[in-house]
Amino acid sequence: MKIQKATLSRSSDTYLPARSTEVSRISRNLDPEIHPFERAREYTRALNATKLERVFAAPFVGQLGNGHGDGVYSLAKNTRRINAVASGSGDGVIKLWDLTSREQLLSVAAHKGIVKGLTVTLDGNLLSCGMDSTVKLWDVLASNASAPIKTFLGSSGFTGIDHHRSSPTFATSSAKVEIWDLGRSKPIADLSWGADNVSTVKFNQSEQSILASAGSDRSIIIHDTRSSSPVQKLVTAMRTNAISWNPMEAFVFAAANEDYNTYLYDMRKLSRSLNVYKNHVKAVMDVDFSPTGQELVTGSYDKTIRIFRTRDGHSRDIYHTKRMQRLFCVKYTMDSKYIISGSDEGNVRIWRADAASRSNVKSARQRAKLEYDDALKERYKNMPEIRRISRHRHVPAHVKNAADTMKIEIASRERKEDNMRKRSAKGSMAFSKEREKHIVGVATKDT
Amino acid sequence: MSALEVESRILSKKTHGGFEEDYEEDKEEAVIAVGNEGTAGGASTALTGSVKPRPKKNTHRVKDARLRQNLRRADGKFRQAKAAVKASELLLQEEAGFLEAEGMEKTYKFTQEELKKNVDVTTASKAFDLTLDFGPYEIDYTTNGRKILLGGRKGHIASFDFREGALDAELNVNETVRDVKYLHNDQFFAVAQKKYVFIYDKTGAEVHCLKKHIEVTHMEFLKYHFLLATVGNAGWLKYQDTSTGDQVCELRTKMGPSTAMTHNAYNAIVHLGHSNGTVSLWSPNSTTPLVRMLCHKGPVQAIAVDRGGHYMASAGADGQLKIWDVRTYKEVHAYYTPTPANTLSISDRGLLAVGWGPHVTVWKDALKVKQKSPYMTHLNPGSTINDLRFCPFDDILGMGHDGGLSSLIVPGSGEPNFDALEANPYETVKQRRETEVQGLLNKLKPEMIALDPNFIGGIDARAPDERKQALKLETTSETDKIKEENKKLQVKAKTRGKNSALRRYLRKKASNVIDERRLRVQESWEKEKSMRENYRKKQRGVAVDEVEVGPALARFGK
Repeated sequence: MKIQKATLSRSSDTYLPARSTEVSRISRNLDPEIHPFERAREYTRALNATKLERVFAAPFVGQLGNGHGDGVYSLAKNTRRINAVASGSGDGVIKLWDLTSREQLLSVAAHKGIVKGLTVTLDGNLLSCGMDSTVKLWDVLASNASAPIKTFLGSSGFTGIDHHRSSPTFATSSAKVEIWDLGRSKPIADLSWGADNVSTVKFNQSEQSILASAGSDRSIIIHDTRSSSPVQKLVTAMRTNAISWNPMEAFVFAAANEDYNTYLYDMRKLSRSLNVYKNHVKAVMDVDFSPTGQELVTGSYDKTIRIFRTRDGHSRDIYHTKRMQRLFCVKYTMDSKYIISGSDEGNVRIWRADAASRSNVKSARQRAKLEYDDALKERYKNMPEIRRISRHRHVPAHVKNAADTMKIEIASRERKEDNMRKRSAKGSMAFSKEREKHIVGVATKDT
Repeated sequence: MSALEVESRILSKKTHGGFEEDYEEDKEEAVIAVGNEGTAGGASTALTGSVKPRPKKNTHRVKDARLRQNLRRADGKFRQAKAAVKASELLLQEEAGFLEAEGMEKTYKFTQEELKKNVDVTTASKAFDLTLDFGPYEIDYTTNGRKILLGGRKGHIASFDFREGALDAELNVNETVRDVKYLHNDQFFAVAQKKYVFIYDKTGAEVHCLKKHIEVTHMEFLKYHFLLATVGNAGWLKYQDTSTGDQVCELRTKMGPSTAMTHNAYNAIVHLGHSNGTVSLWSPNSTTPLVRMLCHKGPVQAIAVDRGGHYMASAGADGQLKIWDVRTYKEVHAYYTPTPANTLSISDRGLLAVGWGPHVTVWKDALKVKQKSPYMTHLNPGSTINDLRFCPFDDILGMGHDGGLSSLIVPGSGEPNFDALEANPYETVKQRRETEVQGLLNKLKPEMIALDPNFIGGIDARAPDERKQALKLETTSETDKIKEENKKLQVKAKTRGKNSALRRYLRKKASNVIDERRLRVQESWEKEKSMRENYRKKQRGVAVDEVEVGPALARFGK
């Protein structure tokens, strides 16, 4: 009798390590029948990952040095270095900080009165402007920087300053928008168009000759330095406090508005905003794009910082502390991992851009785990339980109450409008679009 | 290359016949509404939400460019993953066993003695007989197939590593033992004793006594949910969470003592066999069975479900052994056992073992196609087979019988390639601990048990009001429902005035004009009057003479 047979006989040598110091082999078989409840188990892992993310969320890193003696009203980052930040305060002092050690590198009493603007030149020097009608250039590397290298005299108090990306020119805002050359003492161009006072000015980092300014006449003006003239003007219902150009999309900029919202515009079509960022309950004072262009951070008069994804309309996170007062300036660091904020009570704070992330060195397994968790969270983000946990935030009482009140106000306004629409002739009351209703008008400059 | 090698290659190719077909098969799964399935689906309301990847053909209809791009990207990833899984088959190391006869010989003629002589020493050493005096014996293997647990009816319990012959625990509880079950690993096991269920640890020390589980006859352990399901003589199905110690629920089957029990590894649904020939499917989320199937003309003796959750085998006292498709709940085909089968087991690779009297018959490929002759047979003279279990990841069939325990060699029964992250026969202590912690972290909630385990993350396609209605039905209790129903039927007690709308119509209409409408109104007025009268009587506690017969026969009533 002959039998053809074979039974399963595994050799344990294949599966067990030869020596105790070796790692034992993990053999895999991806047959779905061996892995039942795949969906349910993935969901459970995603839920656990979401919960852990909230457990590890600790956005506040610390403050820089001992801060300022007065409120911090201007911040500047060096776009060519990752760890240098300068801040200017209400008492005219400018401080330079090292982000790594969180210590003060330099402190000078630069201006009489408030320092309204700071920017970094091509060779790493600092330009500051103040309400005392001066712009001063500081050599930050010099051991004794008590005196400026150069002082530029203007006709009225300056409110903002920004340096050109590649040429040694800078723009200032005061009663007018002026372009200066670092080598000359007088402005080389005047780009004003109507506004009695211009509050901010920002150069486009990609289309380098374009700059945008916001004035107290509720206007945003796009200027072109090649023709030395303004090009377009947009008038909104309320004043714009700050502007930030998207570093990745040359035409796009965000504007922090007094009406609690931040708007995203395409400079080619100003008659409509690309997106509206809501959630703040008081005026938005400053806005800054992340260097990746994917996110933006806003600081508000409601004493909170909010982080928005560029494509979403509501914030993905809110940062606040009990001691932090009204925010006047926020900046992303150049590695997009941290946020610097300056507020009314004089502290300069560092925050994690992603509250649950840590910058320490991670093992390959740890990194793989975090990436896997991120993928799971992304896949199951719309599940009710996961969405609830990932969105839950503790918000200060005043913000919560204000938001509740706002909700009621908006609802009643809508109700009223609805009633009016019902009682008026059909088609006579058009629906206003959320992205357009704050826009009063757009004008193009005749040349 | 020898003939044997060629043979084994072909066979191994067949074994891993590709996941492609499996997927196709899954797609064809018929969705049917049986029993109280709505409840199982309803549990999904809290768990559904995210968007399933759409098939490629639909994406061009999506208007939003960004969404379309994301969907296409996800689609591509899924296709890539599927291809990667298929490619990974090449990396599988082991090949499944097989048994083939040459010429006129039949595989079922081979005896265990012949097989033992012909197989390698390691395998031969796994086939052994233990003659024990406390039978009949119940047995159980750990999920990695490393340890075996014995429970003799007369109180003998033993847990040991049968490859190495290392005994973990042996004790005699001096009372009836009806079933034994390992929990998530070999560190704990549950024993259904005379009155209560006890949990013992690896050394045999009693850890818990589950006093709520009384006179338990059958137990199942749901590994991913950490649930111990028991059913006893009183016919209550109880779920106990073994990680927290809470009892999840107790369900009254209302069908007397259960005669058989198993669980579907694919969806964690518990199958109970009853003495009236029905098999009922249970989840902890429904007080009524999800499905009730009439399987036999007599008590159900044993049930078994295959690994993929596609087929169920049931054996009845009517001598029938039937194969069912548990996706459509239809009979596939039936076999006949000369004496009613006591026990059934389906191996990882789909071999069906049937124990009837002192005989064991093993069928190969018997679930999809009706076979004419068995794959293997075995006779255990003078001792009735009580329990059969295939050892996971090995070609071994464990057999608990009146006279002790035997293990038989069944080539081709075990899954050759294990996944070390699921169940690892070669796990070290450290790996066992790691697996335990991971298992607890990924523990599934009892609410996730439903006929379709993949409902999580799917979309509830019902309209919102329909969904809400279903949820409401689920949440409101029986008594509330009755109350609601009564409220609808109640006639308002009129406090004053006798002017009903119908009556006013009749009064205002000229009395001599009799048209169709008047007749209709008169009829409904009479009806309303009688209802009101009945209501008043009810209030007073007077018996109401209700006409049971319909309107057509009512005239014969008095």
